[in-house]
Amino acid sequence: MDLKDLYRDVIVDHNRSPRNFRQIEPPRHDAEGFNPLCGDKLHVYLRLKEGVIEDISFEGSGCAISVASASLMTEALKGKSEAEALTVFERMHGLLAGSDDNIGDLTELGKLAALGGVREYPTRVKCASLCWHTMKSALTGTGTATTE
Amino acid sequence: MSASPLPQSTRPDFAALREDFPILHQQVHGKPLAYLDNAASSQRPRQVIDAVTYYEEHDHANIHRGVHTLSQRATDAFEGARKRIAGFINAASERETIFTRGTTEAINLVAQAYARPRLQPGDQVLITWMEHHSNIVPWQMVCEQTGAELVVAPIDERGQLRMDEFERLLGPRTRLVAAAHVSNALGTINPVAEMITLAHDRGVPVLLDGAQAVPHGSVDVQALGCDFYAFSGHKMYAPTGIGVLYGREALLEEMPPWQGGGDMIRMVRFDRTEYNDLPWKFEAGTPNISGVVGLGAAVDYLGAIGMDAIAAREQELLAYATERLLQMPGLRPIGTAEHKASLFSFVLDGVHPHDIGTIVDHDGIAVRTGHHCAMPVLDFFGIPATARASFALYNTEEEIDRLAESLLRAREVFA
Ligand SMILES: Cc1ncc(COP(=O)(O)O)c(C=O)c1O
Repeated sequence: MDLKDLYRDVIVDHNRSPRNFRQIEPPRHDAEGFNPLCGDKLHVYLRLKEGVIEDISFEGSGCAISVASASLMTEALKGKSEAEALTVFERMHGLLAGSDDNIGDLTELGKLAALGGVREYPTRVKCASLCWHTMKSALTGTGTATTE
Repeated sequence: MSASPLPQSTRPDFAALREDFPILHQQVHGKPLAYLDNAASSQRPRQVIDAVTYYEEHDHANIHRGVHTLSQRATDAFEGARKRIAGFINAASERETIFTRGTTEAINLVAQAYARPRLQPGDQVLITWMEHHSNIVPWQMVCEQTGAELVVAPIDERGQLRMDEFERLLGPRTRLVAAAHVSNALGTINPVAEMITLAHDRGVPVLLDGAQAVPHGSVDVQALGCDFYAFSGHKMYAPTGIGVLYGREALLEEMPPWQGGGDMIRMVRFDRTEYNDLPWKFEAGTPNISGVVGLGAAVDYLGAIGMDAIAAREQELLAYATERLLQMPGLRPIGTAEHKASLFSFVLDGVHPHDIGTIVDHDGIAVRTGHHCAMPVLDFFGIPATARASFALYNTEEEIDRLAESLLRAREVFA
């Protein structure tokens, strides 16, 4: 295993300069995510218009994997419908933690596929998945997400 | 916890002692394992593993009950270990040495059996800002149960207890002080003798959390004069699931039992039960017998080397690590107390501790990253997590060099 499989250039880049790292003023949907294991805290904001994610952003602190994952997520989901966002959520779940047959076609995931290296690091899966759970909570209005 | 330099003539051969630890002789990610996570749990020497195996293969039976030979042998092994463990911390008698699952359970025992019946609404339990969650939450629970108040003595920016504040907060309503002997997140060695004097002058008993102290220096509970002292086997080269509560006999006698069941009784009728004597009054149910055997072997092992020699060796490692790691650009040590045990907590500019943990693991190096079960400490320093290298008698300067080199690589990954 090479460290570069985990810390791919895309991830290092998005960690160094996270995209959409800001708040969205109300009206908005938002949720907080917390990983009690490492103290990572994320706040995900999104604005919906007619069932489409018009804007999505995040704030918080965390390791490179969690920051990059959140940054990549905001890029990937902007302009997606709610239903599409939940499909991507499922795909990411498969990519990060699912069985090998669950990964599916990586090209469809675009840049998000860069997070694929995380599946080889079971201790880091929660870092990558935190923002996705938080996004889902924001979308479905279920409040705080944790990785536990 | 003394640590004067080691005279060459009496210096144990630590390189040879390292050979006693089978687990250290393996590769992780193709590199020799450098185990620097001893504050979380240390490894076991062959002598401890063998003692446990011998017990399992030859002597195991339930204790204190059968007349048969194995039961007698198991009881002898168990009570014999208790005697040696009591001696190791210089308890006045075995009656003051109660086996628990670990530090956590020992503190909960005191919270429920000592504090709970005594605390009145408005009474106070005084702890410090550097406590492990296991010396915070049991007190929060008992405060909730009784209407008492948890009071927290602050620390300074080096991670040292502010003694002026500690003294000020020891008030007329303080009923108990509970404090770490050594902090697991910062390494700070607290001035416990002085703290105990201040508390006792006001008639307040003191519990010390010795989880990080007992493995790293000689502890004499009578010389300290503390009222309760808690520690865990697995941080001092013994198995998991076994620990000790030392308590002054007079206090333990006054306390009601905590859990009820077998072994803690002398006679049971439906209308009346007579409790057993100390220490068994607090040991309901079949205990972790092989764990006690292992802990007994661990104190024999440590006693043969000498705790002062171990403390001195670990101070060498700490001094080396401190000097080596402080040269690293962008590294900020967390916890720079004047008196420190052998651990080094830090953050590195631009590299989150969690990423440090993964990157150094790739080089075969085990460090702990996260909040170290001491979230208030990290809040105090305004950081979510640290990386922590913590040393034991078997660690080497070379392992510290490897950590330093690996940290440079971590910075390169994110440069
Ligand atoms: C200072 C301190 N107190 C208490 C504990 C809890 O010990 P245990 O988990 O063995 O009960 C630890 C262990 O992490 C510790 O470092």
